[in-house]
Amino acid sequence: MTDENKCTCTCESSEDKLSARLGELLAKYRRRPGALMPVLQQAQGIYGYLPEHVLRRISDELREPISKVLGVVTFYSFFSQKPRGKNLIRVCMGTACYVLNAQGVLDAIKDQLSIDVGETTKDKLFTLETGRCFGACGLAPVVTINEDVFQRVDPASIGDILDEYRGANVADQQEAGA
Amino acid sequence: MISSNVTRLKSVEQLSALREKCLKNSLGSDAKDATEKILLCAGGGCIASGALKVKEALQQEIEHAGLADRVTIVPTGCLGPCTNGPVMVIGNDKVFYQQVKPEDAKEIVKSHLIHGKIVKRLIWHEHVPDGKPKPVPLQTDINFFKRQIKVVLRNCGLIDPGCIEDYIARDGYQALGKVLTQMSGQDVLDEVKTAGIRGRGGAGFPLWRKWDFSRQAEGEIKYVLCNADEGDPGAFMDRSVLEGDPHSIIEGMAIAAYTIGAREGFVYVRAEYPLAVERLGQAIVDARNTGLLGENILGTDFCFDLEIRMGSGAFVCGEETALIASLEGLRGEPRSRPPFPAIKGLWGKPSVLNNVESYANVPAIIFNGGEWFAKMGTEKSRGTKVFALAGDINISGLVEVPIGTTLRELVFDIGGGILKDKKFKAAQIGGPSGGCIPAEHLDVPLDFDSLNELGAIMGSGGLVVMDEHTCMVDVARFFLEFVQEESCGKCVPCRLGTKQMLDILQRICHGEGREGDCELLERFAKDIKASALCGLGQTAPNPVLSTLRYFRDEYDAHIHDKKCPAGRCKALLAYHIDSEKCIGCMACAKKCPVSAIIGKPGKPHEIIHEKCIHCGACMMACQFDAVVKE
Repeated sequence: MTDENKCTCTCESSEDKLSARLGELLAKYRRRPGALMPVLQQAQGIYGYLPEHVLRRISDELREPISKVLGVVTFYSFFSQKPRGKNLIRVCMGTACYVLNAQGVLDAIKDQLSIDVGETTKDKLFTLETGRCFGACGLAPVVTINEDVFQRVDPASIGDILDEYRGANVADQQEAGA
Repeated sequence: MISSNVTRLKSVEQLSALREKCLKNSLGSDAKDATEKILLCAGGGCIASGALKVKEALQQEIEHAGLADRVTIVPTGCLGPCTNGPVMVIGNDKVFYQQVKPEDAKEIVKSHLIHGKIVKRLIWHEHVPDGKPKPVPLQTDINFFKRQIKVVLRNCGLIDPGCIEDYIARDGYQALGKVLTQMSGQDVLDEVKTAGIRGRGGAGFPLWRKWDFSRQAEGEIKYVLCNADEGDPGAFMDRSVLEGDPHSIIEGMAIAAYTIGAREGFVYVRAEYPLAVERLGQAIVDARNTGLLGENILGTDFCFDLEIRMGSGAFVCGEETALIASLEGLRGEPRSRPPFPAIKGLWGKPSVLNNVESYANVPAIIFNGGEWFAKMGTEKSRGTKVFALAGDINISGLVEVPIGTTLRELVFDIGGGILKDKKFKAAQIGGPSGGCIPAEHLDVPLDFDSLNELGAIMGSGGLVVMDEHTCMVDVARFFLEFVQEESCGKCVPCRLGTKQMLDILQRICHGEGREGDCELLERFAKDIKASALCGLGQTAPNPVLSTLRYFRDEYDAHIHDKKCPAGRCKALLAYHIDSEKCIGCMACAKKCPVSAIIGKPGKPHEIIHEKCIHCGACMMACQFDAVVKE
């Protein structure tokens, strides 16, 4: 793991806090069969992604070989070993969305952010991923950003949608500055 | 939520007493309630359309008008027509409102609740082909609703999924009580056998058989597993049951556990459904606190508890052995069968594995009897089936109909026909394992066997409607790409075979199809079907085979004429100007970003194909329909 992937914020104690939360999680699951998946899911919830040192610790404490841990992490598409951007965009590429031009929506997002699927923008504001059916086919095409669901998205409206999150970021920074 | 005065039930009599109590102040009652109920859909679809904001606004207006003690808003599970959300039903007359916005709250309260006048602009309008939409104010008169029979979705849209008392008021957990006090495991099995229900996960294996295998399998420890990894794109019925009526799944699983002799169960829910996980999780806690899960359920010797496990975004985990591997904390790779999970499943123990819809049927079967259930549907496929309508259809959403209802009824009578009155081309049913049914088979009864004959499958019931502008070669390519990406890679036929098929399809869509490609696709398909390890691989060629069967001419047009008849495959598009229609206004030439259109003012124009980038700007600009796409 390279240094650039480490947390760059100024809060010194945050790493300790995260580590303590991981410790609690591991204690809860240590002797339970089939614990690896829930532990990885919740560890990703704590860190935002799965850094190598976290995977090593999970491997040690659950007594599972690191090869097995990595095998599981790389198998499932929801696990990420790279830090993600502040906002996670997921474009549904299920059948209903595809029939109603999800590809055009995806192309428009790629174009606007100048990134490909699976990549994060340089300003670390957005990560772009695709999904296989969110089960909201009645509202196709669907895009989710973090917890928010956008329905009947058309390529022309992408700019406005992304601006909402860019604006939120500016507001956050101003707040932090004040 | 569970009110504080509910304590652990210690007998079936206590359950019945609680039911009586709940019935008095619940929606389950048909009696004219003193309070007016607003059933507001809080399913995933309507929430995405802003249902929660509508609820907030309504609540405020109700309080403002001083009606808080007379009107209650009940957030329910999915009502069905997701396209028209947020939707709600008011009062005993069941006035149906659609596409309600927070700003409409004031008018609804003032006009409907205070003056008893229906807000006409928000009511349902029945689609009339080539005519003016017909207003239909009452839910019971709307075609979409009145043609349905709800067994699985019996409570969806009627109760608050977060309220166990609502479920109990509608005879919830009565079937479990009956099983625990009056029936042996064999009795339950016989009842399920009489019902003749086949598994709703896709393959349609008789439910009672699976249960019987596990019941007879030897071993102290057995498991009951629920497949809620609804991965087929276009299917969202399991999501709606999980979100709208979670207790029906818990009750169904508990009955299965009693039948086979299990004490523990797992529900494997896909990670894309956080709301489903939240509501099911709450339901499990409430059931436990009420004595309907855990030790000595309803004061009997029967003990059973449930845990939710989440998937992490792998389609293959919908396959039963892969799901079990994932539950064990491994990569979700399928195992060869036999041994079947019913004999050797989770951690090597006998495990019954059914999907959400199957379990949700079980309490209704036990409560009403197997014979009641067997009266619905066709001879070989009993009961009802939930379908998820999506794609180019006027009303996208969830519907439940007796098995054997025809595709035409489903698409045109219930779903309101094709968007913008375009022509129906095909319905894709059964997701990546299924196939496309063309217009000439619109009258096919939707049952397991009829669909198999047509090269499709019932699958989980996702039904994506496609209009005349859909390219069937592109659809086949789409599904192959899906399967290719989701293939776990364990067996060669699926990992490499689907890759080869995808390469060929991509070539065809790019206008580089070769003579013999269709035959090659058929050969690959045959070999993959025969040799892949699991259901995902064995059914992966189905979308290609079914499109080859019904739309061979489209493949031929791509391969021989280098044309995409539907106008979807970009590489094969060509724009032309009809010289008879063109008046030479130059509007198209001005819009063309690459100056590919030439011609003098007043004279028909022409497109230089070498320069054209197929952006379609000229077609949009032309007022005389002179630009045509081929």
